[in-house]
Amino acid sequence: MSQATIPAPRSGYNRSKSGGSKFELAAWLYMRLSGILLVVLIFGHLYVNMIAGEGVQQIDFGFVAGKWASPFWQIWDLLMLWLAMLHGTNGMRTIISDYAEKPATRMWWQIILYASSLTIIVLGTLVIYTFEPCPAGADPSVLASFCTAD
Amino acid sequence: MTTEIAEPASKVELPSHLSGDAGEIPSFECTIRIARFVPEQDEEPHWEDYQVTMYGTDRVLDALHKIKWEIDGSLSFRRSCAHGICGSDAMRINGRNRLACKTLLKDLDTSKPITVEPIKGLPVEKDLIVDMEPFFQSYREIMPFLITTGNEPTRERLQSQEDRARFDDTTKCILCAACTSSCPVFWTDGQYFGPAAIVNAHRFIFDSRDEGGDLRLEILNDKEGVWRCRTTFNCSEACPRGIEVTKAIAEVKQALFTRAF
Repeated sequence: MSQATIPAPRSGYNRSKSGGSKFELAAWLYMRLSGILLVVLIFGHLYVNMIAGEGVQQIDFGFVAGKWASPFWQIWDLLMLWLAMLHGTNGMRTIISDYAEKPATRMWWQIILYASSLTIIVLGTLVIYTFEPCPAGADPSVLASFCTAD
Repeated sequence: MTTEIAEPASKVELPSHLSGDAGEIPSFECTIRIARFVPEQDEEPHWEDYQVTMYGTDRVLDALHKIKWEIDGSLSFRRSCAHGICGSDAMRINGRNRLACKTLLKDLDTSKPITVEPIKGLPVEKDLIVDMEPFFQSYREIMPFLITTGNEPTRERLQSQEDRARFDDTTKCILCAACTSSCPVFWTDGQYFGPAAIVNAHRFIFDSRDEGGDLRLEILNDKEGVWRCRTTFNCSEACPRGIEVTKAIAEVKQALFTRAF
């Protein structure tokens, strides 16, 4: 006498195993550490730009050029850019994974997120390191006043 | 107007000098608004109101019983012990996850309808009954049993009071799913292990007699594991047993962290 097998009423959720990856742990830790660093970097940045010296009035093309002439401010701003962008991107990544319900929607949001983050990080880094306030051979009418004031 | 006779507070006949009016229980009218869903008839759940006369000592579960037994016998819900131990009757009462058997009607605002819905994030089977399988699946995945090596001792596995106290809070779980189904991360796609599974993993990870802690930590290090917790504290608030769920999750995170470095 054969017994009819009763199928399981419902197949459970299929959870994809990430298999011993430390990525989530690292991301969690990164959020905390970069947060602490960013508090110092951002408030330092705000103080130097807006309060120290002549205050907010001093900010112009020349002021930025002056700051980026020093490796100290180049590294400060680069750190701020990378830490903040990765911090924000990771935050957005968690928001997308929490709120996007369809896998396709989730994928598209993630593509947009990673592409825009990458663009800003690359462009920002380029600007910090290749910033040339007075490019040689440029039309003098478009240059800042201090370039021609010899 | 019909007058209903209240059931006596005690089945024991009290002598006249002991009984009196002091113990009389106030009664009140209240509306219970229940999310009804019959899969054979309904496309989606709908609200239905029931007017019942209840007493100051009654709980939401008593109101549900009254409706099922006296008004509409087709109302379906789970309950077993009816005393907050079995964890069968977790439901969303006035928008919060509670056990119907531990929620007194007089503690709710009876001037407005009391809403009763099934817990969120799990597939509804009928009325207030949900399919608990996804919940228990993640519970099974964390291996909720003692894992040891070597020969079995001939006597009990002894443990100091301090060692026992380490995980005392998480032994109180009754698997009612109030926490997991209150978690907004779980609502999204049901992939997250959920607070209940983590609490039950915590119970063994921090047990000095257990040797499977590493295995469980590895399971919870998954991208759907503890790192999806956003510390919104919904679970701690929902737990009818008063377990500090979010704290337990944080302790598992910390254990993973110290293991990695």
